[in-house]
Amino acid sequence: MTDHSNAYDGLLEHHDVAGDSSQWAFGTDFEDPLAGVDTTVPDDVDPAALATYCLMLGDDALVMSHRLGEWCSRAPDLEEDIALANTALDLLGQARLLLARAAAADPSVVPVLPEGSPVPAEDALAFFRGPGDFRNVRLVEVPNGDFAHTVARLLLFATVRLALLTRLAGSRDPVLSAIAVKGVKELTYHRDYAGRWFLTLAKGTEESRRRLLAALEDVWPLHPEMLATHPVEAAVAALGVGVDPAEVRDEVDAVLEQVLTASDVERPERGALAGVRGRTGRHGLHTEALSRLLAEMQVVAREHPLGQW
Amino acid sequence: MVRAAAIAAEVRDPEMPMLTLADLGVLRDVRQRGRTVVVTITPTYSGCPAMATMRDDLVHRLADAGYDARVEVALTPAWSSDWITERGRQALRDHGLSAPGPAPSRTGPIPLSLLPTARAVTCPRCGSVRTDLTSEYGATACKALYRCADCLEPFEHVKEI
Repeated sequence: MTDHSNAYDGLLEHHDVAGDSSQWAFGTDFEDPLAGVDTTVPDDVDPAALATYCLMLGDDALVMSHRLGEWCSRAPDLEEDIALANTALDLLGQARLLLARAAAADPSVVPVLPEGSPVPAEDALAFFRGPGDFRNVRLVEVPNGDFAHTVARLLLFATVRLALLTRLAGSRDPVLSAIAVKGVKELTYHRDYAGRWFLTLAKGTEESRRRLLAALEDVWPLHPEMLATHPVEAAVAALGVGVDPAEVRDEVDAVLEQVLTASDVERPERGALAGVRGRTGRHGLHTEALSRLLAEMQVVAREHPLGQW
Repeated sequence: MVRAAAIAAEVRDPEMPMLTLADLGVLRDVRQRGRTVVVTITPTYSGCPAMATMRDDLVHRLADAGYDARVEVALTPAWSSDWITERGRQALRDHGLSAPGPAPSRTGPIPLSLLPTARAVTCPRCGSVRTDLTSEYGATACKALYRCADCLEPFEHVKEI
């Protein structure tokens, strides 16, 4: 009888692994999502500004993805569970590419990990930065609330992001342009999904309408931050590399008006949520909700910076 | 090299294994660079979780044939469901999936659509055109769920993108 110290030895004994390695699952190691992509920063562009801009767009997608992912197994029905998880996955993919682009543009933004850590740059950015280093708008970090809250927030988020990425498709940075072109296809159906549910809830029952109106009142003051221009956005926009969010205000307004009119919902009158001494999410100033979100999202990675998965 | 390209072209998509990577349209290039075969693939969706598996399958299939292979990513041009080959579309139908229609082509601001996506979808089992959308989202990012009103079977439709 053969004695094996673990089950794999027994398997290896009977199969010539080298002969047919494809029977094994190898899909769990890390790989650069920009492998082979030319990430040279255009000559006249400040790499640090480009990296910060990528973090802004990437962190929006990452944090929104995490919030949508929290619905997994908790959505009102299976179809919505799958829809929200699909949307979260698209945004996670956008985040991964954008954080990788940030790291390639300016490696100094990537947190330093212990010698021998296998964590790739985009994961180091996602899991080893504190809340003060995140550049996402506060809209994406507040808790999910009920389904109506999630629909109202996703409508505002996807409407602004689709308008931004549509213009970013013309970026002089070919990497950002490529990420944007792909993202536009995805955000088109994210926005349609949120718009359709907004209309359904508004025109549904008294209870669904009541919840939707309350949700809109809550999230409305958070969306102007996505349309405000941070100096870094102004700088990259001036070079034709990024987009100044102020440019898409009219377009965003028209789309939201279309949804509000179809839904017979008044535009909320509440103004933008104030920052603190002019600082908002884009500057790294967040609500405490982000700290809690990150604590959960990052805990495993931070416990095992040398971990192989 | 011709042989390496042929091997790469026959590697299958891990989520829709009736399709080869070539039929799915994600295999963009196979070329020799020094002693290495460089295979270029493109993701279907930004968050496509099958990319790592595709890469590993390519590397290992080519290694089995004696090639030292490396896989690179091309982000542009962005993948479109129009790139699924005719052979791929037939393979989808043969396996009970509905193949995508023409992808939308747009310029300028994208209009909001508050009504369910309208598609002329034919049931891949009985050929009926009386089909109903049950969910715009399915088990993978690229599929929607339909039901045939005649044979009553549910089936998946690969979305136009």
